Amino acid sequence: MNTSDSRTPSRRVLPAADMARVAVFAALIAVLGMPGQFHLFGNSVPITLQTLGVLLAGAILGAWRGALTVMLFLGLVATGLPLLAGGRGGLGVFAGPSVGYLAAWVVGAFVVGWLVERGGRRPGMHWVLAGCLIGSTLILVIGVPVQSLVTGVPLGETVTLSLVFVPGDAMKSVAAAAVVVGAQRAYPDASPAARRQRLSNSSS
Amino acid sequence: MLTGAYVARSSPLHRLPAGVKLLVLAIVCIGLLWVRTPLSVGVAVAVVAVLYAVGRVRPREAWSQVRPLRWFVLVILAVQLLVTDWVTAVSLTSRIVLAVALAGLVTLTTRTTALMDAMEKGLSPLRRIGVDPARIALMMSLAIRSIPVVADIAQRVRDAQRARGQERSIRAFAVPLVVGVLRYADTLGEALQARGMDD
Repeated sequence: MNTSDSRTPSRRVLPAADMARVAVFAALIAVLGMPGQFHLFGNSVPITLQTLGVLLAGAILGAWRGALTVMLFLGLVATGLPLLAGGRGGLGVFAGPSVGYLAAWVVGAFVVGWLVERGGRRPGMHWVLAGCLIGSTLILVIGVPVQSLVTGVPLGETVTLSLVFVPGDAMKSVAAAAVVVGAQRAYPDASPAARRQRLSNSSS
Repeated sequence: MLTGAYVARSSPLHRLPAGVKLLVLAIVCIGLLWVRTPLSVGVAVAVVAVLYAVGRVRPREAWSQVRPLRWFVLVILAVQLLVTDWVTAVSLTSRIVLAVALAGLVTLTTRTTALMDAMEKGLSPLRRIGVDPARIALMMSLAIRSIPVVADIAQRVRDAQRARGQERSIRAFAVPLVVGVLRYADTLGEALQARGMDD
């Protein structure tokens, strides 16, 4: 990009402030995938919150930045860093059965962000919850058929096998919505619509 | 310290440029779709084994790349055997394992930084639609640098949570985490701005 031209900061496709948010949220998705973050049912079932991170990136950064965050995270995974839940990483995961879920994360973050942005400056709990549920459903709707395609296991069987994820995903959506609403109350810039409005007010 | 799966050795595969390896990997993964008979499966397995030997990868390191598939393979094999004949079941399952093994071989023999450079180069056609690969590379470095910072924020939040006896609540963990992470991100953004990243 030509550095000598006279573009104003706001005309950058991705200003520095957004670059920082995208990079740090990619790191957040990585950290939420690390083991020992959370245990359910009296420490018997360790769960990772990686998909929670994907939903949060969309809901808090907005559609485009959220999708970009997930792509950046997947780029880091592709370079061999063991950032996926369970310490997986490298190009192998993109050749394996879970590639559909990973691609669907990008879509999921985008859709959650798009919906939350349309909920106004401070979207209500129900609105955000609906957005998160739609987002995580979409991840399954894209991920499961791709898994069936890669593994050659018929779609019906794959759906049955994937049913075990549904309760966990639903719970993570509820958690994500509560976290988003809580964070937006504590930090107004955690709402994409509120932040956009503040930035456009301050620049005009 | 965060490190990739790269193993530092001296081999022809290690010396090959990352871009070439990625291109060959993509082509070979498509080629694997035609591996359907027991004979071709055997040949493909032998070729991959030879490649691992050429790359001087130890069995334990090779296993680390395909290990995440172990349960998957059992399930896929079982279901396949129920719905089709064993030839299809075995060839299909081995195609997946071979693709993952080959991708893993690239990961094992290529430095993370070399792959990042290759990605930056691969993204350069996107300049035309206003994407600056250098800024994407910067974001990747920022993200890697931020992982220990975010992990540290998470640790502190968890300690505070433990002190208040709210260990089980995801909300009590994630709200302060997200707010802390956003504060850090927005400070980082101001620092980038101050260094002229928007000019």
